[in-house]
Amino acid sequence: MAITTNPPVAPTPASYGDKDLLRRSASGPQHPDRQLTPVAKLIDVSKCIGCKACQSACLEWNNLREEVGVNTGVYENPHDLTPASWTLMRFTEWVNPETDNLEWLIRKDGCMHCADPGCLKACPAPGAIVQYTNGIVDFDRNHCIGCGYCVKGCPFNIPRISKVDHKAYKCSLCSDRVAVGQGPACAKACPTQAIVFGTKEEMKQHADKRIADLKSRGFKNAGLYDPPGVGGTHVMYVLHHNDKPSLYAGLPDNPRISPLVEAWKGMTKYAGLALIGLTAAAGFVHHLVAGPNKVTEHDEEEAARFAEGKATDGRVA
Amino acid sequence: MNMELSRRAFLRSAGAGVAGTAIGAFGFGGIEAAHASSIRAFKLTTMVETRNTCPYCSVACGIITYSKGDLRKGEKAELVHIEGDVDHPTNRGTLCPKGAALLDFAKAETRLKYPMIRKPGSDKFERVSWDQALDRIARLMKDDRDQNFVAKNNDGVTVNRWTTTGFLAASATTNETAFVTYKVVRSAGMLVFDNQARV
Repeated sequence: MAITTNPPVAPTPASYGDKDLLRRSASGPQHPDRQLTPVAKLIDVSKCIGCKACQSACLEWNNLREEVGVNTGVYENPHDLTPASWTLMRFTEWVNPETDNLEWLIRKDGCMHCADPGCLKACPAPGAIVQYTNGIVDFDRNHCIGCGYCVKGCPFNIPRISKVDHKAYKCSLCSDRVAVGQGPACAKACPTQAIVFGTKEEMKQHADKRIADLKSRGFKNAGLYDPPGVGGTHVMYVLHHNDKPSLYAGLPDNPRISPLVEAWKGMTKYAGLALIGLTAAAGFVHHLVAGPNKVTEHDEEEAARFAEGKATDGRVA
Repeated sequence: MNMELSRRAFLRSAGAGVAGTAIGAFGFGGIEAAHASSIRAFKLTTMVETRNTCPYCSVACGIITYSKGDLRKGEKAELVHIEGDVDHPTNRGTLCPKGAALLDFAKAETRLKYPMIRKPGSDKFERVSWDQALDRIARLMKDDRDQNFVAKNNDGVTVNRWTTTGFLAASATTNETAFVTYKVVRSAGMLVFDNQARV
């Protein structure tokens, strides 16, 4: 669970690749030969101190740099997720009505890597969003057309469109690191090990221990945030107030893919395709039955007369 | 561009386009299957690893620097990535936000790489050797101490104070170095002092 080896420098083949795609945007069903062990990142909100080492490590590993911003008196820096900041600490001050204590709730925001990814379902560009059988949902900017549908499709409001190249960006769960047996850069850097990475099964077991500990400390609603509305996620939270996820800077209580996306990419799409097919078939049948539209001799004579400037009905062209 | 295009030819090509698109939409689009791998290549492959210590504070976290090119082979090395060393007992691979951003610290344009002096009346810093810098610092400290050292206060009690010079010592030291620094500075009677030992 804790990462115990340093990244390799010897050439290491990626342990998974395009043969392990579970879904590929706008490309029809995929047929992976094998099922990889599902991985997950667990973020223990109760252990997070809000230091932002994860943000630094993310920028460094992914060769991203944020512009120097403006302080508006809040701890969030930058103010929101951006095409360069794929993860962001969000800070909430909340007075617990039961204890009258001020609680500082700090949540690391970023892609949740849904098992049922709304971004991928909404995406019209083949291969711009892919999902591997280990659960990682990744964007491929080489195929992205910058339409922004993924933003509408995401129940967590994560993808951001770059103003520079007009393409969508979000956390990749460090798919390149995971492919060589490493954990994400954020999980490695985290000084309190609030972020841990491993198989989804291991992470659930680890979460159980943490939840038992939190309950013994009086957080009776402590629990694991692995929302079933999106089929579960491969980034999970341990929350001290799992009965009220929206306390944590608007984490959705019950995230679902927008019904608009479901309808547009579901029934409407197939109805439209059926309409196109039927129209084509009707045209073909018409061609068989009625044949092509032929020019008769009468038409030719009319045309010649028309060209000379006199139509048969006496009008002047 | 002028092109002879009859109504019939236009309809024919438009129809072919619609048919092609429809076939693609029906899922027969295996044409672009030979796409490049979506996973980015692992960027540390064939890099040179070097163990080092984070220069920020006296926690002295272990880090590994990854560089392109090997100095030991006489090549020019370019620093590419820095991350925590999991084999180091202090931090076990983790880093703080500053440590995690060390690459930009090492590559900062404003980074001080050697002693600099701004001479009286000058508007810019100039590079000097370590010997010149240390000699000048020692000379000025000695002169100031000789002039302003307070051995006894007004009541005749021995105090051995030197309050006219301050000492700001490095943080990029181990606890042992910080301890020695503290003892040296305090034994000179200096009161205005800060270094990592305070943390």
